[in-house]
Amino acid sequence: MCGTCGCNITPGNAHLIPPRGEAGTVVEVLQDLLAGNDRMALHNREHFDAHGVLVINLMSSPGAGKTSLLEATIVALRDRYRIAVIEGDLETDNDAARIRAHGIPAVQITTGTACHLDAHLVHGALHQLPLTGLDLLFIENVGNLVCPASFDLGQHLNVTLLSVTEGDDKPAKYPVIFRASDLVVLSKTDLLDVLDDFDPARAAAALRALGGGTPMVRTAVRRAPALGSWLDWLEQELARPRAVLRSSSSRLAAAAASGA
Amino acid sequence: MHELSICQALLSQVTDIASGHGASLVERIIIEIGPLSGVEPTLVAQAFAFARAGSCAAEAILSIETTAVTIRCMGCGAQSVTTPSRLLCGVCGGYRTQITAGDELRLRRVELRAPELQPAASATA
Repeated sequence: MCGTCGCNITPGNAHLIPPRGEAGTVVEVLQDLLAGNDRMALHNREHFDAHGVLVINLMSSPGAGKTSLLEATIVALRDRYRIAVIEGDLETDNDAARIRAHGIPAVQITTGTACHLDAHLVHGALHQLPLTGLDLLFIENVGNLVCPASFDLGQHLNVTLLSVTEGDDKPAKYPVIFRASDLVVLSKTDLLDVLDDFDPARAAAALRALGGGTPMVRTAVRRAPALGSWLDWLEQELARPRAVLRSSSSRLAAAAASGA
Repeated sequence: MHELSICQALLSQVTDIASGHGASLVERIIIEIGPLSGVEPTLVAQAFAFARAGSCAAEAILSIETTAVTIRCMGCGAQSVTTPSRLLCGVCGGYRTQITAGDELRLRRVELRAPELQPAASATA
């Protein structure tokens, strides 16, 4: 067996290993490993709810078009809603600069080598971002379909982008993040006519197989802009009474809170 | 990836438990990781080997128990064991399902070395 960390001790062979401290103490814990993160996420969510701001965690692989979607959304909605953005990237404040160019407050979190945002990083960013008067806060997570799914930030809703330049089986390959999504945005659909290997029906079927009935909308922001379904969904969420937000936390948060 | 963050969170919890029980050394840590937790058990084991250095768990064995993905159908009520990429009811095919097991990322148990045994134990370790 591996003598370094015991990584191949299984329920089947664990009884063969003698305890090293005869009179040691066994402590039953049953606590989520991310309990510290979840406590901070709850704190963030209370902060958001106190200000009546709807918070959306935007996730995708790198280059799926999160920042471009945000820019187009800001242009479409800024006359009616006050919007702010928290940007997460390993390096550079390029994305925050793109958002600020639209006259919208944006705070950049650079994570260095960390592949995801966590609730503490978001809490730190909130100290630089007044929430008073805001209607909508987007948190653009680090481009990554794996790690962001494990960390609750305190958001109300998770939105995951799937661009048509990726494989249409992405939901099957990354079930954790897609199952945790409240909405999946099929982005760059203006490229569909030149990409004959991406079948939106196959992507929808892979998403359906994850259960939960997560809706999927199509967007395009370049050649033939199409944002209608996405903006309809956003406005519907913005129109929900803020008191409801308190109890209708995102699926990711609900899963964390249940301790499941 | 994020397995190192997970190990740091784990060690922080274990350190609190050990000091709460007056123990300075941890013998064994047992955690549960489900396929839908988004965390890879093998990578956690590798990251733990680095993360534990200098902590009260520097000599601890990490045992990882994996769980099966189990869902409950909110339509027909059936429980089924399934795979991470297919979370539909195994009986009626319904999509309104609840994950009842398989997304765990949980510290189950910590075994502490009794304080009076520490000098002898560390001499023979």
